Amino acid sequence: MYSLLNADRPPVFCPGCSHDRITRALDRALLDAGLKGEQIVIVSDIGCSGLFDTFFNTHAFHGLHGRALTYATGLKMAQPELNVIVTMGDGGLGIGGAHVLSACRRNLDVTLLVLNNFNFGMTGGQFSATTPWTSRVGSGFLNQLERPLDVCRVAASAGAAYVRRCSSYAKNLSKEIENAIRFQGFSILDIWGICPGRYTKRNRLTPQIIEESLAQMPAVDAPIPENQREEYGRHYRKLAAELRPVPLPKKIEAQFEPPERQRRGVMILGSAGQRIITAGEILCLTGLFAGLQTTQKNEYNITVLRGPSITEVILSPDKIGYTGIHRPDVILALSQEGVARRTAVFETLDNTALVIQAPEVTVPSCKAKIHTADFKSQKIKSADWALAALAVLAKMNRVIHTRMLTAALNFKFKNKILESSLELVERVNRAEQAPK
Amino acid sequence: MGFCLMEGNEAIAWGAVASGCRFFAGYPITPATTIFNTMLKLLPPVGGVCLQGEDEIASIGYCLGASMGGMKVMTATSGPGISLYSEHISFAIGSEIPIVIVDVQRLGPSTGSATRGADGDIQFLRWGNSAGLPVIVLAPADAGDCYSLTIHAFNLAEEFRCPVFIASNKEIAVTRENVDLDALERPKIIERPMPPEGNPFIPFETPSGISAPYFLPIGGDVIVRQTSSTHGADGYITTDSDEIARFQERLGNKLISAVKRFSFYEFYPEEGADTLVLTYGITARAARDVHREKKLSGKPVSLLILKTLWPVPETLIREKAEPVKRVVVAEMNIGQYVREIQRVLPNKTVDFLGRMDGRLISPQQIIETIDHV
Repeated sequence: MYSLLNADRPPVFCPGCSHDRITRALDRALLDAGLKGEQIVIVSDIGCSGLFDTFFNTHAFHGLHGRALTYATGLKMAQPELNVIVTMGDGGLGIGGAHVLSACRRNLDVTLLVLNNFNFGMTGGQFSATTPWTSRVGSGFLNQLERPLDVCRVAASAGAAYVRRCSSYAKNLSKEIENAIRFQGFSILDIWGICPGRYTKRNRLTPQIIEESLAQMPAVDAPIPENQREEYGRHYRKLAAELRPVPLPKKIEAQFEPPERQRRGVMILGSAGQRIITAGEILCLTGLFAGLQTTQKNEYNITVLRGPSITEVILSPDKIGYTGIHRPDVILALSQEGVARRTAVFETLDNTALVIQAPEVTVPSCKAKIHTADFKSQKIKSADWALAALAVLAKMNRVIHTRMLTAALNFKFKNKILESSLELVERVNRAEQAPK
Repeated sequence: MGFCLMEGNEAIAWGAVASGCRFFAGYPITPATTIFNTMLKLLPPVGGVCLQGEDEIASIGYCLGASMGGMKVMTATSGPGISLYSEHISFAIGSEIPIVIVDVQRLGPSTGSATRGADGDIQFLRWGNSAGLPVIVLAPADAGDCYSLTIHAFNLAEEFRCPVFIASNKEIAVTRENVDLDALERPKIIERPMPPEGNPFIPFETPSGISAPYFLPIGGDVIVRQTSSTHGADGYITTDSDEIARFQERLGNKLISAVKRFSFYEFYPEEGADTLVLTYGITARAARDVHREKKLSGKPVSLLILKTLWPVPETLIREKAEPVKRVVVAEMNIGQYVREIQRVLPNKTVDFLGRMDGRLISPQQIIETIDHV
């Protein structure tokens, strides 16, 4: 009879091991599903269940303990037509728990066969995630302290579309496996079995006890109606097909002569929420519009809308090496906590340097020219101070000018944001012109 | 000529796509996240796959599966993620699975400082596998390098069937700068070697003259085996000590014997200089300023910027250091790669400048180290 079993590598399980029955039932199921070896990959991990891939004339991928579902996911996304079957023990189920949950939530068309024999067979019969607390195991008393996991209930609540449990001794085992394989989506079959090498040396477990225990378990019956939905891979490709390819970033050709064709360092000292990093990017873009080279180095805390935010921008006619700024030419001081992060830098400033200071921000005494911007009477919100300060800088014709800034805004923004930012620059221009 | 504005992370993503990478999986982590963000914009519209793993172990696991399914794959993380990748890095080395792994280094140890830079993983990348086998590590200095070295990284991963690391740094990764896309080096794209027609396919057979086994994808018409276990040419477990020894030796030699072909560097020799500044990564940028400044001051130093860190390009280092008495090694850690330089140049004075406080090594510090005799 035709078989996918590898005649050169017969199963090597302990006499009486239920894995042997599952091997043969899996072979039957693959044949009954009409599959050929090259249409199947058996993905396995560590432990006795990890031997499965060697017994079959199919593609095979054997990897690390508990991680089989991760390889299966990559394989199925790369080869959508491939039938991906994962064999995993109750050990792999425990160590790879996060992957099981995520496979259930995802519903990629992968079949997971859990070869559940209630202990770690290969390493000495230690307790696993499914060992009853009453069992005697190789982990001393530790299993008495933990409750076993019912993977079927966990899988069903995690969104698995197909969940079944059965005995290795079930007469229709191959049919159970075939049904799981045929299911279009993530299917999990929890197959209870006997480990004669370890578990039944100290615990009584027979096919009949398994049958009785299964009958007492809460019912799960595949497919789970409330978890039915589109298969992940097909859904992924459908959503991806609606997306448009992204073009390479646009090149900016020099359009203006900058006010100063020298290396200039601008430090913007502010707080998260003040769009400091965006202002730094706009400053870089203004430089590109004048044919300057540029770098933007940022410093911020890991918090999102709290804490200081600092950006350091260099504009230079030459290639820029070191991206730090030892002695800035311009500082935009927009928040007290931002200034506090760079107190020492004010000592380096000489009388050619410029500090543009936002309302209520005080800076350490220094030799630089201080320009206080009256953003409050102009009714400019704190979130706009960084852009407003750039507008002041441009109006003063230092480092950048207003045409450079306007070009950068036109490049960066669209629609309403563009309109409001151009309007802001205009407002700052008028205010800076007005007699004080 | 015109420039576009790009951060190092974006340049890596564009380089990957240009290399033919069509599968990316990652887990969000500062400062690597913008690689994931960019790959998510670039890949799905061109028929590629970008996934967010449930953790780092899964992310690299997806990549290994997809790579064996025939796709060019990449993942990106930072130090804490490299720690979690370790088991799978060993797998990719031992089972010869092509993958590009970006480590956007941040200040460690442990979770350390997420938004501060360092080059603290340089020895960790080399030795973070469970057999101590060699790996390839490339180190960019700017966004342009991020683009070009990523293409080299894919070419090397495909040719040698191995993981290739890009050792980036927060200070390159999320620093924006002008890039002239037309002027960038664009290496010719190399695909993984497929077996010649006719002979039966043996998954790990390595005919003499090629450095890694021929590749066929899992899921194709020919049955393919892949395994993390110690295997023979047929992809089944072997217990034959001679075969195991040959296998280990080949995995070591295939990279070390070829490093001359992929020793990437910049070299600025100065006649009469008695000092060579040797550096890599973000510190190379300060060193370029130092090189220019010292030349103007009439006391020139030579400069060697390494872009291949592992395997150590020993011949290159010996050759470039030959004329000088002293080598100054500057790196953003408390002393890692300097150990290799001391090993390779036992007869030279090797002075070290390190910094590991979240701040860049400045040109001034390098000059002080050079001038301090």
